[in-house]
Amino acid sequence: MSVPLAGAPVRVDPRGPRFAAVLTTLVLLVVLATGSGVLLVAQAAVFAVAAGFGLRFSPYGWLFRRFVRPRLGPPVEMEDERPPRFAQAVGFTFAAVGALGYLTGATWLGIAATAFALAAAFLNAAFGYCLGCEVYLLAVRGRARLGQG
Amino acid sequence: MSGVADPTGLVVAAVVLLAATAFGLVRRSRDGRLRALRADGPLRLTARDLGQSLGDRATLVQFSTSFCATCPGTRRLLTEVADGTPGVRHVEIDAEERLDLVRRAEVMRTPTVLVLDRDGRVLRRASGPPTRAEVASALELATVPTAA
Repeated sequence: MSVPLAGAPVRVDPRGPRFAAVLTTLVLLVVLATGSGVLLVAQAAVFAVAAGFGLRFSPYGWLFRRFVRPRLGPPVEMEDERPPRFAQAVGFTFAAVGALGYLTGATWLGIAATAFALAAAFLNAAFGYCLGCEVYLLAVRGRARLGQG
Repeated sequence: MSGVADPTGLVVAAVVLLAATAFGLVRRSRDGRLRALRADGPLRLTARDLGQSLGDRATLVQFSTSFCATCPGTRRLLTEVADGTPGVRHVEIDAEERLDLVRRAEVMRTPTVLVLDRDGRVLRRASGPPTRAEVASALELATVPTAA
C-alpha cells in the first residue's frame, strides 16, 4: 500500500531539504523563545506548501535555489522527493497543533508540539537524519496492528 | 499573554537541542553497523519467505519503504556488492507489503539489512545504511565454511 502520487517521483538536490531544515530550526527556536503563535502559523504554512505541492514550491526551497545552490557545486546525486516531503507533512501536523495551542492560550501544548518539531528539524539540519521518514514504518506497523484488532 | 517572552520555551528549546545532539551522536556511531547475531538464533528465512531463491553462498536482504531517504543508496551499494561477489544475492523487500516479515525480523526502521548464510540463517543485521567495508567483511564471515 503506497500513497498515490501521480507520475514518476520528483528528484531533488538533497542539500535543499537540509538547508530548509536549518531555516526551520531557526524559526522554531524563535517561536519557543517568543511564544509567537503567528510565527508558528507561518511555519505551518511553509510545511503545508512543501508537503502538499512539493518542496520546490516552498519558500525555503526557493531561497535555496536562488541564493545557495548557485554557490555550490553540482550535487553528487539527486534523491527521491517523497521521503522529505512526507517529513514535511509530519512537521505540519506538529506545527498546526502547536499553533493551535499558542493561539488558544494552551501555551504548554504550543511548547510541547513545537519542541517535537524542533527535535526533528534539528536532527535533519545537524545530522541529515530524517526522523519523519523513520517514523513512517512504525506508523504503518501500528496501523496494521489496529486494523487486525 | 502569549506575546510576552516566557523562559519556559527557551529552557525547553535548550533541553531539546541537547537531547537531540546526544541522540544524533549515538545514532551516528551505531547506524549501519552489521552486528553479529547468534548463529543458532531463531530467525531463518527461506526462498519461499523472500519470494526469491537464496544466494548459493549468502543473501543480503534489505527492507525498504518508499519514504526512506537512504534506501536507494543502500540498494545501489548492495546490488553492486552482490553483482561483484559470486554466489551472493541481494533481495529487497518492500516493508509495507511484507509486514509479516517485518514482524518476524522485528524491523523497526528502514533500511534494515540482514545477512543470511546459504541456509537462510540470519547471521548479521544492520539498522540504517551500512558501509561497503562493513558489508564486505560480513559477507566474508558469512561465506567462510564453519569448522563445525
